[in-house]
Amino acid sequence: MDILNEIRFTMPSLSVNESTARAVVSSFLVQLNPTVEELSDIRTAVSEAVTNSVVHGYRGTKGDIELTVRLLPHREIYIRIKDKGCGIGDIKQAMEPLFTTAPEEERSGLGFSVMESFMDSLTVRSKVGKGTTITMRKRLSRHGD
Amino acid sequence: MKIDITTENGTSVAALCGELDHHCAKDLRTQLDKFIIGSRPQKLVIDLKNITFMDSSGIGLIMGRSKLMKACGGQLVVHSPQPYIKRVLKLSGIERIVSIT
Repeated sequence: MDILNEIRFTMPSLSVNESTARAVVSSFLVQLNPTVEELSDIRTAVSEAVTNSVVHGYRGTKGDIELTVRLLPHREIYIRIKDKGCGIGDIKQAMEPLFTTAPEEERSGLGFSVMESFMDSLTVRSKVGKGTTITMRKRLSRHGD
Repeated sequence: MKIDITTENGTSVAALCGELDHHCAKDLRTQLDKFIIGSRPQKLVIDLKNITFMDSSGIGLIMGRSKLMKACGGQLVVHSPQPYIKRVLKLSGIERIVSIT
């Protein structure tokens, strides 16, 4: 993977850091001059992934969430959100629209659907007791050139 | 997140301002539920005009308030979402349950 630029930072799994993650990603992507819609899509997908780690990965506990953003050739964005939480037993089921394990918190079960819809690709890797890694990619338009 | 609720002729408008994510949804839910149960408005309009970000946490919040309004004999309406928030609303299919104006 030819990486043109990269940021990586770790934050505790506090819900307030959902907006921190969005702000950091937005600031980093300014160099590509994305459209408002592209930036909105990416911010939303990042927010969903970080919220998943806070709500599901570390439910009732605290841990670290690692966020990596890479700029790849041809205006492609690579984003990885990694936690060392409880992991997902059945990824296929977890990715079904409206499936949630936290209905009491009014989770809509749409997090993965939003990530899939707003990004070009989504990969979820998880191991029970070890954690979850979400990888997303999106190629930006030529708008900023 | 700021919320300002006004009522006129049985219709209440909850004007939200800021970013609506999981972090602030819990407080917002508490405030809205307290108002709905205490005031029993016939119609509650959630005004999203000044919401600059919303992810699926907002969908959960709207669906939950819609259920509560129905249980209290009222109706929930979502008003003025920004275009990028409309996309999240459309993806959720919430317009089949809640009126969006």
